[in-house]
Amino acid sequence: MLNLYIEISKYLILILMALYTFCNFRYFTAAEAEDKEEYCMWQQKILLLLHFIAFSVLFFKTEEVKILYFYGMQLLFFLLYPFVLRHIYPNISSLLLNNVCLFLVLGFIMLTRLSQAYAMRQFVIVAAGALLTLPVPWIMDRVWGIPGWRWLYMGAGLLLLLAVFLVGTTSYGAKMTLSFGGISLQPAEFVKLTFVFFAASMLSESLEFKNICLTSALCALHVVILIASRDLGTALIFFVTYIVILYIATGRTVYVTLGACAFAAAGALAYRLFSHVRTRVAAWRDPWADITSGGYQIANSLFAIGTGGFAGTGLMQGMPDRIPIVEKDFIFAAISEELGAVTAICLILICLGCFLQMILTALYMDVLFYKLLAAGLGTLYLMQVFLTIGGVTKFIPSTGVTLPFVSYGGSSVLGSFLLFMVIQGMHVIMLNDADADGETEDEYPDDAYEDDYEDYDDYDDDDTDPDAYRKYDGV
Amino acid sequence: MKHRKSSRSGKNKFNRSILRICYAAVGLFFALIIYLVWFVQFEAPNVIGSSYNPRVNLMSDRVVRGEIRSADGEVLAKTQVGEDGTETRVYPFGSLFAPVTGYVQKGRTGVESLANFYLLSSHINALQQAGNELVGVKNPGDDLVLTVDSALQKTASDALGDRRGAVIAMDYETGRILCMVSKPTFDPNTIADDWESITAEDNDKGQLLNRAAQGAYPPGSTFKLVTLLAYVRAHPDAYEEFSFDCTGVYTDSEGNEIRCYGNTAHGHQSLKQAFANSCNGAFAKLGETLPAADMNALAKELLFNESLPYRLPYVKSSFRLSEEDTAFMKGQTAIGQGRTTMSPLHNLLIASAVANGGRLMEPMLLDRIVTAGGQEIRTFREKEWGGLLKAEDAALLAEYMRAVVTDGTGSAFRDAAYETHAKTGSAEYEDGGERKTHALCISYAEYGGRRIAVSVIVEDGKSGGSTAAPVARAVMDGWLLR
Repeated sequence: MLNLYIEISKYLILILMALYTFCNFRYFTAAEAEDKEEYCMWQQKILLLLHFIAFSVLFFKTEEVKILYFYGMQLLFFLLYPFVLRHIYPNISSLLLNNVCLFLVLGFIMLTRLSQAYAMRQFVIVAAGALLTLPVPWIMDRVWGIPGWRWLYMGAGLLLLLAVFLVGTTSYGAKMTLSFGGISLQPAEFVKLTFVFFAASMLSESLEFKNICLTSALCALHVVILIASRDLGTALIFFVTYIVILYIATGRTVYVTLGACAFAAAGALAYRLFSHVRTRVAAWRDPWADITSGGYQIANSLFAIGTGGFAGTGLMQGMPDRIPIVEKDFIFAAISEELGAVTAICLILICLGCFLQMILTALYMDVLFYKLLAAGLGTLYLMQVFLTIGGVTKFIPSTGVTLPFVSYGGSSVLGSFLLFMVIQGMHVIMLNDADADGETEDEYPDDAYEDDYEDYDDYDDDDTDPDAYRKYDGV
Repeated sequence: MKHRKSSRSGKNKFNRSILRICYAAVGLFFALIIYLVWFVQFEAPNVIGSSYNPRVNLMSDRVVRGEIRSADGEVLAKTQVGEDGTETRVYPFGSLFAPVTGYVQKGRTGVESLANFYLLSSHINALQQAGNELVGVKNPGDDLVLTVDSALQKTASDALGDRRGAVIAMDYETGRILCMVSKPTFDPNTIADDWESITAEDNDKGQLLNRAAQGAYPPGSTFKLVTLLAYVRAHPDAYEEFSFDCTGVYTDSEGNEIRCYGNTAHGHQSLKQAFANSCNGAFAKLGETLPAADMNALAKELLFNESLPYRLPYVKSSFRLSEEDTAFMKGQTAIGQGRTTMSPLHNLLIASAVANGGRLMEPMLLDRIVTAGGQEIRTFREKEWGGLLKAEDAALLAEYMRAVVTDGTGSAFRDAAYETHAKTGSAEYEDGGERKTHALCISYAEYGGRRIAVSVIVEDGKSGGSTAAPVARAVMDGWLLR
């Protein structure tokens, strides 16, 4: 009887995930704001239902009352958090907010299934992260100096990375953790943000060749310290993100070509220098050849995804715990095993949906700094998702990065919250400005100024709004 | 609140770049999704049957392992459920199909391992499954139909008799394995009880070894196919001018003696005659002159030291020769002695490629999966591995292998109703200080629209022509003259 319930719930979850994903993309194609709002409402209902079904299975299967309390706490969070956020910021992106909640729901389901202790800790971190990052959109909207604090971003970022390099602790071949007083942090999760802020700030200031060189050198310094700490996955994310920001700022493909060459050279060098890179590449090419050691993790991940198939085994029916570090880097394999590859594919599409929302924000932002920031953070997010999922499925060699909001890990969750709230901040700015502009929006046809790129210098001439000067006060 | 809005100037330029990045990202993600779908749909079934995958064991809690049947519908393995729910795996043919099916009681081997996932998956209709779940009855697993023919398996086993050795045959145009015999072998019904004696240290029978795929034997004169091809490639216009006067014993440049089988003096030999009569002297002489690099290159091409397209455990064939080796070693290597080892399966693949105009089909054992109700779930398609030999090389080897039957050591096939191509071999080995000879034979033929290639080894069988060839003949008759 229980098996039957699990079997039915398995298909229900698949259908709910598919519906949720459908709403996600209908949102982009819907023309009317009311329609968009309706899709988001549906999404909220779907994710609460999905949450309920999954936890009912977990409860029936374990018969632990603790699960019910835990579910109650989570339910409270998933009702309260979106309500509070929407109340404070009416102009927030509901789509992004829903997606964050969905990631968290999937993460809680799998973590509870894998280890209740991990899930509890994750819940505390999520609640704290949600609360701590609540003011971020407000700060983004109200603090004018943000685009200009480039040396602060650089200083903080480099200092944190150096600290990790000098006194950090090593895990899985990479030095990425700072421990003090029982708390361990992975500063790279936060430096990701300062890095994008720094690059966006520098390149929005001036696109002279000298400035580009300086920015590139300083960004390369970030990457070099990361490589020296052997945190190659993060180094790769930083690198690609910077190339993308540089490409968007300059519009010149030569930088992409140069970047690709540098990547090839660095990749070959890393392969020669680092034994754990060779192990991972070997495990990627043929995990079966060395299944008992180097290929063990990826082989088990493939076993999990393959055995689960499209529909999955159903919650508590698989063996995701056989995959080493499944709760962090390999959570995607656990989801695919028990909730099905269809769910996993929906998850990929929703991640892509988040990226598209960030890109839309970048497209609609007028100030170059915000454009670069939104596109940079979007790229950062997408790269992280791609490296995790690609690594777990053996599409690319595994790099050991986490899936934002889904994977277990304090720094990862906090960093992800910050990233999404910064994007929400820009969304708020965008819509606040649009509200303020009202009907005047159409007075500026896009093509009228098409060839005038020096918008910053011409700023004062174009716009006599006294508020405009406030923007430069902080610079 | 217009402070954050600069003029719209330049916006389009940036947005063009942003959109390009966006398209690239979407493309990348769709590639990832397509890959994932491909993996789950096509690659996963090959992967998850691995004995390293602990998950499949869970499935047996909810599914009764399906049947294994031969191509002609005989049940080779089935699971009987007792009144108290205990399951017993029964193999009605005893040890006859053991090298094919393998066992499930002490780990898993053979097809039981390869198709484990299929046998433990159930595809009966969803309603019935739900009903079974409700009343707590296990669902019947899917059944597996093999390419192996039960009558031919019996014929091959009888022909080999009580002798140690292996017989493996396949349809060279499709790659379907028709029979696979290895002796001595075990009875999968009683493997758990026999385990101790089989794995005892003083047991030298090697019952668990599937000699057809895992036996590493010196190929003896069957290797002359390789030497012949190397020589023809080295002398494309002049190879037919080769001649050799055989006195039964050939003395090489270093004074070592190489004897023909039974010290037979073959007299004046052309290249084709030397191949047909399996004249060791002639081939040792050839071997001395062939550059080691050429031999190595050709051996690699023919999958020595390489992986074979075979999904169950097998032993890689081994070939090693360097220019520094003595003339004796080169000569020995040329006649299939020396350091070379090879499995009967590999020999079969080479014969099959010759038969099939050089194109090698991947050997297959699994034909299709059907539900307990007989509904087809999946049919395994025949797959071409690629060109193992050039078409003209295959034609030349075919011509020479035909001469073996008409004029040489393949006399066992001479009066057959069909046109056989063959090569026999006698490979010397040492067993406890005693010099013994394995008998080998590879052959193929087509008759009445049926095709078969056979590889036989009879351990300590002495002459390939008089011991191994009759076994091959019996199998070919059994398949072609139906």
